[in-house]
Amino acid sequence: MLLALLVSLVPRSLYGNVFTGSRLIDPFIGAAIGSVSGGNPLTSYIIAGELRLQGVSILAITAFLVAWVTVGIIQLPAEVLMLGKRFAILRNGISFFTAVIIALVTVLTLGWL
Amino acid sequence: MIRRIAERIGTGGVFVFVILVAYIAVAMIDLELARNALSVLGGLLVRIVPVLLAVFGIMFLTNLFSETRGIVRLLGKGSGLRGWLLAIAGGVLSSGPIYMWYPLLGDLKERGMRDSLIATFLYNRAIKIPLLPMMVYYFGWPFTALLSVYMVLFSILNGVLVEQLNQGGGKP
Repeated sequence: MLLALLVSLVPRSLYGNVFTGSRLIDPFIGAAIGSVSGGNPLTSYIIAGELRLQGVSILAITAFLVAWVTVGIIQLPAEVLMLGKRFAILRNGISFFTAVIIALVTVLTLGWL
Repeated sequence: MIRRIAERIGTGGVFVFVILVAYIAVAMIDLELARNALSVLGGLLVRIVPVLLAVFGIMFLTNLFSETRGIVRLLGKGSGLRGWLLAIAGGVLSSGPIYMWYPLLGDLKERGMRDSLIATFLYNRAIKIPLLPMMVYYFGWPFTALLSVYMVLFSILNGVLVEQLNQGGGKP
């Protein structure tokens, strides 16, 4: 229910406006947006494609893509309820930082930085 | 007062109530937006109901046929490499939204599944084989392949870290 409400309330165009152009800050912004977004990963690919056209760095886009599917702030209440508060917070917190690290190592390995 | 209501209907009930209030508030401000949200919700329900049925089916069968000892052997402390491989493969092959798998994992956790394997399973849910061609279309083969490999590797690190840091803290 919350997911459906947020998907309707947040316009897709909003995503591109929050990036700063900084290589240091943008991956964290990407991961943060991915963390609070939800839904089918296909949607994240489409948004990522749009962000790429807007000139957002591939580092930020990769962090966004990884966080979209590994961090779930919207689903957190359900995860807390079923798997425990400490587990859910730890898992999501660690997944947030690994999203940034994965983005960094992927882009570095490909030589795209 | 609020605490008494929360105790009576539970945290989940309070959460649903707050979201219902949010829907009503949105409808009062912008009816069209609320209609759109309900339409998205309808589509979401149509997609998740079959997966939900499958998950509860698996829960029913695991409870019916598997003993706790078997779960512990496969996914518990001494499960070793087989446990890791099962968690990775299970995460990659499972379908549907992530939250549909929480009840099953919660059940398996109570029966002895390791925290690290639960975290690894959930992390590997990020790799969607049917969607890989779409990712290739947007970002190319090298990016897609490398990202998938790194995600599998980091899922293990994620699992190890979650278990290490979660030691001593159980379900509240």
